[in-house]
Amino acid sequence: MNETRQNRTWFLRGIKDGIPIALGYFAVAFALGIAAKKAGMDVVQAGMMSITMLASAGQYGAITVIVGGGGYLQMAVTTLIVNLRYLLMSCALSQKVDPGLGMGHRFLLSYPVTDEIFGIAMAVEGRLNPFYNYGAAAVAAPGWTAGAILGAAAGAILPRRVENALSVALYGMFLAIIIPAAKKNKIVAFVVAFSMGCSFLFAKAPVLREISSGMQIILLTVLIAGAAAFFFPVREAEEGGDGHAS
Amino acid sequence: MHHNIWLYLFVAAVTIYLIRVLPMTLIRRDIKNPFIRSFLYYVPYVTLAVMTFPAILSATGSPVSAWAGFLTGVVLAYVDGNLFRVAICSCVVVYLAELFYH
Repeated sequence: MNETRQNRTWFLRGIKDGIPIALGYFAVAFALGIAAKKAGMDVVQAGMMSITMLASAGQYGAITVIVGGGGYLQMAVTTLIVNLRYLLMSCALSQKVDPGLGMGHRFLLSYPVTDEIFGIAMAVEGRLNPFYNYGAAAVAAPGWTAGAILGAAAGAILPRRVENALSVALYGMFLAIIIPAAKKNKIVAFVVAFSMGCSFLFAKAPVLREISSGMQIILLTVLIAGAAAFFFPVREAEEGGDGHAS
Repeated sequence: MHHNIWLYLFVAAVTIYLIRVLPMTLIRRDIKNPFIRSFLYYVPYVTLAVMTFPAILSATGSPVSAWAGFLTGVVLAYVDGNLFRVAICSCVVVYLAELFYH
């Protein structure tokens, strides 16, 4: 059947484009595995977290809540806030697929909505064949999960200095997302600097520092992003090139 | 109050899947409201900035290596911008800083 052959071609293309993503994921997931281990998770939990969530900042946010001993509601709200950008990406992907695409595909296609897979999927010309995303996910998700499992397992036996060094990998990745965007857009630059300043204040000032770090993420994000949206509404043209990744 | 890690992970996994699946199955069209669009546009930058700083300063063995890693990340993200190169180079700088200052 012609359609089966086409799906197969797209799946293989997805695998090919997913390999570099998987390699990058592996390194960052390793650092995340170390963080998960420090938060009291075992290897199985770190692996389950990675395969079910498939999100770097999202998982780091969840680890923050666990370390801070926040409640389950706080876990849900933090996960919602930290991953809110996936809502936009899924909206965009839903426009990119055939409007008649079945529910089964829609459920599957929603699982690997990550910055990188979203990025390559949107770069496909014309309508998106979901098998392209399945192919990319088929290599990226195992890479991501294996990295986290090995990170959690090796965290205990790695020399202290290596562990310290690896624990900044995630932050380095976060910086690589926000700084290039700040370079392109002065308002984003201001928002990023202001957010870091407020976050510093919340970490150090009496009373404010009593607020758990998960709750701080929620409060600061809603207040600052809300104020920024109110004072500096974004025109559609600017949104296009923001290039979030992970 | 004692919390169960499995339950935490379950809550987080369900929440993140709902964020991804609801637009794909129910909304199925673009969000038009300019305030909501702008809010969603700014959210990742604020969240990642808040999660990175000042947490990174206490992530390593000493403030010196942490600052070195942080500044490397900022400068390299500015001039290069490649996700994985920035992450790896920050790690290497932290490692070297701890090697020389301890």
